[in-house]
Amino acid sequence: MSILEKIRKVDKNSNAYIFAYASGMVIIVALLLAFAATALKPAQQRNVETEKRVDILKSIGEANGVDQAKDKYDFVAGLYSKYIVDQLVVNSLGDTIKGVDAFNIELHNELSKPIEQQNLPMFVAKLDNGSVKYIIPVRGKGLWGPIWGYIALNNDLSTIYGATFGHKGETPGLGAEIATPTFQKQFVGKTIYNEANQFTSIKVVKGGADRSDIHAVDAISGGTITSKGLEKMLYDCLSSYQAYFNKLKKLSNGQE
Amino acid sequence: MGKSSEKEPLFSAKNLKLITEPLDSKNPITVLVLGICSALAVTAKLKPAIVMAISVTVVTAFSNLIISMMRKSIPTRIRIIVQLVVIATLVILVDLILKAYVPDVSKQLSVFVGLIITNCIIMGRLEAFALGNRPWPSFLDGIGNGLGYGLILIIVAFFRELLGSGTLLGYQVIPADFFVKNGGFYENNGLMILPPMALITLGIIIWIQRSRNKKLLEE
Repeated sequence: MSILEKIRKVDKNSNAYIFAYASGMVIIVALLLAFAATALKPAQQRNVETEKRVDILKSIGEANGVDQAKDKYDFVAGLYSKYIVDQLVVNSLGDTIKGVDAFNIELHNELSKPIEQQNLPMFVAKLDNGSVKYIIPVRGKGLWGPIWGYIALNNDLSTIYGATFGHKGETPGLGAEIATPTFQKQFVGKTIYNEANQFTSIKVVKGGADRSDIHAVDAISGGTITSKGLEKMLYDCLSSYQAYFNKLKKLSNGQE
Repeated sequence: MGKSSEKEPLFSAKNLKLITEPLDSKNPITVLVLGICSALAVTAKLKPAIVMAISVTVVTAFSNLIISMMRKSIPTRIRIIVQLVVIATLVILVDLILKAYVPDVSKQLSVFVGLIITNCIIMGRLEAFALGNRPWPSFLDGIGNGLGYGLILIIVAFFRELLGSGTLLGYQVIPADFFVKNGGFYENNGLMILPPMALITLGIIIWIQRSRNKKLLEE
């Protein structure tokens, strides 16, 4: 009690007391929060992984029942290992790179490097009917922050089988619409190469795309900057894979 | 610390009142009109509203408790800063826990968890109650006010989700056959999803409460 009594007698409005009080408080709080953040990190990491797997599965339309699953982590991991048969890393020259785990590549780190040094991840999915899809992760800038997505291509490496997009904080009702199925459905069946095998990417057209245009989708009204960002994201990310795509195409043509 | 108060049972009538009063006649939202902004933002669906209610209750209860325990040592000149540090610490802890165990809800609540820090109810209770009362009553007062806030949130969210989406906690309540798109006659009220209807629902709740409880009417 003697210490407590001494503290009680201290002038609580003296500068020394206030200074000591504030410093002590901040140190205790910092230790507490640092401890909590470290202790909860593994659980948060699991959630981030699950979310990424769900996004990848959504692009091939195989993420049904995820919300109802009791143990989401195991359920998603099960689906993922069932459908995603291979994951590989390539570079912009079209070579495959060994020894890098495609799943753990942080795309925003890669995109900040010069293009020759980027490790580009790619996922190969095999559906129930035996068809093979190639899933390309994409990442870019929206209006307020990053936007990202996964594009699943048929094995002609041009026709889009499915697309899914996410965002950090685009305007709800406007830019955030890129995360809705209505917007994403537009991409199905569009192609990123024209008949002459030239890379066209997908245009996001303000005011509505021509229905017959197989390289374009409608932009979001009121979400112009997000739409533009999405178009740029698709062009930038998909174009890096061209060399590898060409290699794959040659390979499959050679076999036929 | 008087001897007579130490003998007071934990759940004496006076202490119980600290919990029950904020549910009705001293409700932080409908009577004191504090914490409206988050009440509008997170009530489009029932589940985030419930999580928000629990989070705010935890934060008010424990910040009240901690500040009350510290109240004799807090230098008055920096007391607001001390209160903010305690609240912010608790909110960050809640946010970390939500992110780890209910990630989808955490995503929906997004910035609003962080904004619990600025929820006027918490600061209000610290200033008005915890600084002048012993820890146990302060803790109860925090729980009471958190629950009072949560109760309104849940009532508003119940009606908004039911009428706006036809579901409750994500389960379809209004039979799917009723909907126009399935050949029925019913259509969800899209307006219920938007913030203005939260304000109107809240207004209706205040109206009902005041017509039942004449004491709340101003002269």
